[in-house]
Amino acid sequence: MAYFESLTQFQLDTLKEVGNIGSGNAATALSKMLNQKIDMYVPSVRVVNYDEMMELVGGPEELITAVFFRIEGEAPGNMFFILSPREANAFVRQLTGIEDFSVTDEDNNEMGLSALQEIGNILAGSYLSALSDFINILMQPSIPILTVDMAGAILAEGLLELSQVSDSAIVIDTMIDDHRDDTDPIKGHFFLLPDPDSFDKIFSKLGVSDQ
Amino acid sequence: MTTETYNIIKVGIADLQFARDADHLRTSGLGSCVGVVIYDPNIKVAGMAHVMLPDSKSAKQENLNMHKYADTSLPILVDTLIKQGARRFALKAKIAGGAQMFAFSSSNDMLRVGARNVEAVKAFLAEVRIPILSEDIHGSSGRTIEFSTENSMLSVRTVNKGTKEI
Repeated sequence: MAYFESLTQFQLDTLKEVGNIGSGNAATALSKMLNQKIDMYVPSVRVVNYDEMMELVGGPEELITAVFFRIEGEAPGNMFFILSPREANAFVRQLTGIEDFSVTDEDNNEMGLSALQEIGNILAGSYLSALSDFINILMQPSIPILTVDMAGAILAEGLLELSQVSDSAIVIDTMIDDHRDDTDPIKGHFFLLPDPDSFDKIFSKLGVSDQ
Repeated sequence: MTTETYNIIKVGIADLQFARDADHLRTSGLGSCVGVVIYDPNIKVAGMAHVMLPDSKSAKQENLNMHKYADTSLPILVDTLIKQGARRFALKAKIAGGAQMFAFSSSNDMLRVGARNVEAVKAFLAEVRIPILSEDIHGSSGRTIEFSTENSMLSVRTVNKGTKEI
């Protein structure tokens, strides 16, 4: 059985294309919600090992904001949407108008946190529905769970299923550009971690299973 | 006054490392994973394992990473310490981690892997009669731990509760 280590460039390009379709849908949903032009795109899709995955988000001890989903349906797996606290704060302030919102502040941030959870929900839902339409496999996200803690602690949790067969994961980098001059594009990461058995299903439906 | 100098030896995820004399062992971002330190306090040798899963029998991997599982990593940890001059009867342990990061109401066994990791580590240590002198386990927070081979203290840092020594 082929796992991530042996993915071909063609398979990765296919995943990137699906990523761009999904993030296009997500951007439309977000634009409506924020009432401004939002673009999202996927600059790269990569296969990384655990340590590289941690480094991507600033190291295992780095504080991150993660929305976790269990993917349910015919090709189950795990999914994370990850933002740095700074980017999460900017996003929520813009969305809710709560100027002093901070993900690390434990008091009075319920409204902001639930907005963040909702953003995650929209993005993951759009991405998954694009993927599942494209390949004709039913995949739905579970209720989102928002966690703010050390990257290592959060990400390892999503790797457990996979780690029984492989030491690598697929990372779909996502850039969110709100077209405002005063801010850089928000860099988010989707980590897509299909369960081991789901992987072959996805690629055989894509028609790019191993030659 | 002398300035303390020591190296910090990093232990990655599903990894195992050793230190002696004044050196420190450190692993970052333990969630459901468990950090296990076994050491001989007088000879000043120590090893730290960062285990991810309780039991290698669940593995479907061809090239098994022995350091990933409690049942395969910990025996290597003990054997290597003995080879490095530790005395079996003097070995002590400190453990941290085994949190549940997501409060999911699901029957999925993977989601209580933290508790299962702790059980597996404790079962092994009981079997080989290595006493656990202190522990900081369970809960729902990530931990970074650092062990001083010099004074055998384990410092545990969490995002919300700061650093404590156990």
